[in-house]
Amino acid sequence: MSDLPLLSIVIFLPIAGIPVILGLKSDAAIKWATLAILTADFLLATSLVFAFDASTATMQFAESVVWIRALGISYAVGVDGISVLFVFLTSLLGWICVVASWTAIDTKIKTFMINLLVMQTFMLGVFCALDLFLFYVFWEAMLIPMYVIIGVWGGDNRVYAAFKFFLYTLAGSLLFLVGVVVLYFEGGRSFDILVLMERDFPFHIQAWVFLAFFVAFAVKVPMVPVHTWLPDAHVQAPTAGSIILAGVLLKMGAYGFLRFSLPMLPDAAQYFAPFVIALSAVAIVYGGFLALAQEDLKKLIAYSSVSHMGFVTLGLFTFKSNGLNGAVLQMFNHGITTGALFLFVGLIYERTHTRQIAEYGGLMKVVPVYTLFLGLFSLASMAVPGTNGFVGELLVLSGAFATGKATGAIAIVGAMLSAAYMLRLIRRVGLGPLIHDKTRSLWEINGREMSAALPLAIFVIWVGFYPAPFLDILGPSLDHLLGQVLGP
Amino acid sequence: MDKQAIIRSIIVSSPEIIVILGACLMLFVALMKNKHQLNILTGLSLAIVVLAAGITAGLVGAPQSAYGDTFVVDGLAIFFKAIFFLATALTLFISKRYLEEENIGEGEYHALLLFALVGMMIMVSGRDLLVIYMGLELQALAFYVLVGYQRRDPKSTEAALKYVILGAVSSGIFLYGLSLVYGLTGTTELSAIAVSLSGEEPPGLALILAILFLMTGLLFKLGAVPFHMWVPDVYEGAPTPITAYLSVASKAAAFAIVLRIFLEGMNQVGTIWIDAVTVIAVITMALGSFVALVQTNIKRMLAYSSIAHAGIALLGIVAGGQDGVASVMLYLLIYTFMNLGMFAIIVMMRSGAVRGDNIDDYTGLATSHPFWAFLALIFLFSLAGIPPTAGFFAKFYILVALINQGYVVLAVIAVLLSAVAAYFYIRVIMVMYMKPPTRHFDLALTPMLRISLVVAGIGTVGIGLIPGWFLDQAQNAAFEAPLAQARSSSLLH
Repeated sequence: MSDLPLLSIVIFLPIAGIPVILGLKSDAAIKWATLAILTADFLLATSLVFAFDASTATMQFAESVVWIRALGISYAVGVDGISVLFVFLTSLLGWICVVASWTAIDTKIKTFMINLLVMQTFMLGVFCALDLFLFYVFWEAMLIPMYVIIGVWGGDNRVYAAFKFFLYTLAGSLLFLVGVVVLYFEGGRSFDILVLMERDFPFHIQAWVFLAFFVAFAVKVPMVPVHTWLPDAHVQAPTAGSIILAGVLLKMGAYGFLRFSLPMLPDAAQYFAPFVIALSAVAIVYGGFLALAQEDLKKLIAYSSVSHMGFVTLGLFTFKSNGLNGAVLQMFNHGITTGALFLFVGLIYERTHTRQIAEYGGLMKVVPVYTLFLGLFSLASMAVPGTNGFVGELLVLSGAFATGKATGAIAIVGAMLSAAYMLRLIRRVGLGPLIHDKTRSLWEINGREMSAALPLAIFVIWVGFYPAPFLDILGPSLDHLLGQVLGP
Repeated sequence: MDKQAIIRSIIVSSPEIIVILGACLMLFVALMKNKHQLNILTGLSLAIVVLAAGITAGLVGAPQSAYGDTFVVDGLAIFFKAIFFLATALTLFISKRYLEEENIGEGEYHALLLFALVGMMIMVSGRDLLVIYMGLELQALAFYVLVGYQRRDPKSTEAALKYVILGAVSSGIFLYGLSLVYGLTGTTELSAIAVSLSGEEPPGLALILAILFLMTGLLFKLGAVPFHMWVPDVYEGAPTPITAYLSVASKAAAFAIVLRIFLEGMNQVGTIWIDAVTVIAVITMALGSFVALVQTNIKRMLAYSSIAHAGIALLGIVAGGQDGVASVMLYLLIYTFMNLGMFAIIVMMRSGAVRGDNIDDYTGLATSHPFWAFLALIFLFSLAGIPPTAGFFAKFYILVALINQGYVVLAVIAVLLSAVAAYFYIRVIMVMYMKPPTRHFDLALTPMLRISLVVAGIGTVGIGLIPGWFLDQAQNAAFEAPLAQARSSSLLH
């Protein structure tokens, strides 16, 4: 390991770039500078993935500095196979957000870009933190820039959506905080995540803390019945906000389960697994039906997220190697696919200023390239073989069937539903006759938009055909995790 | 008392003496009419505060007592005095422009501020109930006048009248409790009271009454339910810098003597008062948080917010122990930065015809003044307890103290209520950031106001990022105050 604190550089590079942004006057320069910072961060994160040793489950690039001695809190970061994947995903979506906002954001550009940079640092910090206190600080600090992003640059009902997002997540997080402090005392006054993983907490502690954690993570995922903030936030947020929400923030709930609930509270996790699986099954089917009924493009994708994240939580709580691998891969996939879908809805919204499905139709005739990309990501979202969604969903399903036939059957229904609403989306937006005047004068996606779409499309197909590199990175860490949950 | 002891006493209490002399000097300076008078008064007051702070810093070390052990300079006293010096200096910084704007700059304003300061300093150094009472009354009298300082404004006069009447009643009740304690134990000295009460089992009715009266008097000063009625009216009516000063310094002083009297003197009989304080803390937090939701005047909103914050800090006293005491102290230090910062923002808005009292006055501030709006955002998120600001760490440490003693249910109630409270803070942020401006802002940005805002901002963010050093200071200063017994209301123990 090199002496350079590579991980800290990746985490703090975006925030360190803020003085540069503050010094710039012209909007174009601000955009280019933000793009440069986030692209550099992406390259660093990529080099991290290449330097990552996928043969072990230990934390790599680990750093630790005492932060608050009196309480045993330290600034400790490090990545294993799970987190390195999400660091990569976050940094990828980071610069894509800038590209997506290039023309979509036309007021207070400087403030917007600063918010994006702050957000990026906090999100990367969440995935790297090895100290519970540090994790919590990043986790909750994220609310500030996200609240501002939704509330300032969002749609007509943005204030309501921003409030709802903020208060839902805050209420959940604060219970998490109480759980964290309880673990601190029960675990011998330590916030060290690795130390706490080794502790064997008595069952009643595990159960209460699990419930406290569950509220926080379930809100973030979001699981039914605390998902109602998501459609509002997604619909009202600007494109970049939607991409961040769907691509990264939703993953954090599931990541919380992976990093804390499962390894630290294994007995409680197994005890509550049927409950979580039942909620996931409800989310898969209920979210699917809701998506089927939506007339608003963003709402449709938002509800499809509820359904897809149901697959993730289902896979996590099967405690089977396949289910777990599938769930984590599906988290990555969902970030790519749904991020891309929101990007594409944003692109068309910029042109027509409507998100109503009924106002589209026959886009294939005017903007074929756009429609092809939209079709590709829709297919990936419904998990057609050859796309990334298929691999993840298949693994989750095999885990689900191994747990119980009924669970598997319900999950299959959800998979069918996702085909139904996604095909409906493609048919009503992309195919058919060109009926609306507004859509006649649409223009094709340009080079800038293409540059954001292409990398996402590459990952859709790469994971679809050759998921091995991704599963290899995850493998040892997930095996280790499974060992922690199920015991020796 | 021999000569040496007198000299020692004078040295130990020299910061207080300097501030008293300074306050008297201010009275004379105020008489000399001069067109630079306000500058001179402000500068001299600041110099006195800095001098007193410097000498206090020199007294850091082993606890020193004076005047026959009735007056002590220990870690607790020094920590709180640091809060007072900070609050006084920042208040002086934000006062000047406000006094000019309201045209009330002449006269005894600065002298009264210094008298309030010395009253609070005596309160936290007192180890004798009578000394504490003297300090309490001195600061209260100064504040009564300061609250009504805008004598042409009916609201200010009304606030002062309410404060005087209710304050006098509460002081009377406190004094009655004090006399009962004296009757029961034959002493007014805290350590002697603790010794005398340690044999009392079970507690008699007289002792319960005495504690009830003492507590009532102090809860009034804290603005805790059910003695909170004066807070919104006084906060709204008083000149804004005085509201700011009252909300941080006076409250910190009241907490300091609660720590001294209840955790040092009355700790042995903790069973009598802990349940009551727990219930009061929860109700205070709930009432403050819920009522603040519907306020349209920002000073009234911050008044209810300060009630809610008093409730949270009371939980630190319920927790007790070293962590409990330290958590209250750290909370008050952090609260000083963030609350004074927010009040400085209100003073900044007070310009010309605009009073800057209504939340709607802030509409669209971020569009034209992004930096100052950003500072307001920091203060508000800190008050709401969102990391990485200091307000989060303050709340976090209270939670740590609570859970350490097994009060998990209380911790859960506290965090849920603070989620409610977050709503009204972020509502102000919403108004500043998410609405288009409806008017042209003419901010009262004098250099002194800028400095105070930036200092408060640095404190709020700085303690949030590196709380370690401040935490150490609070822990070192906190005396060991082990609770008589942990109660059985805990969920996880």
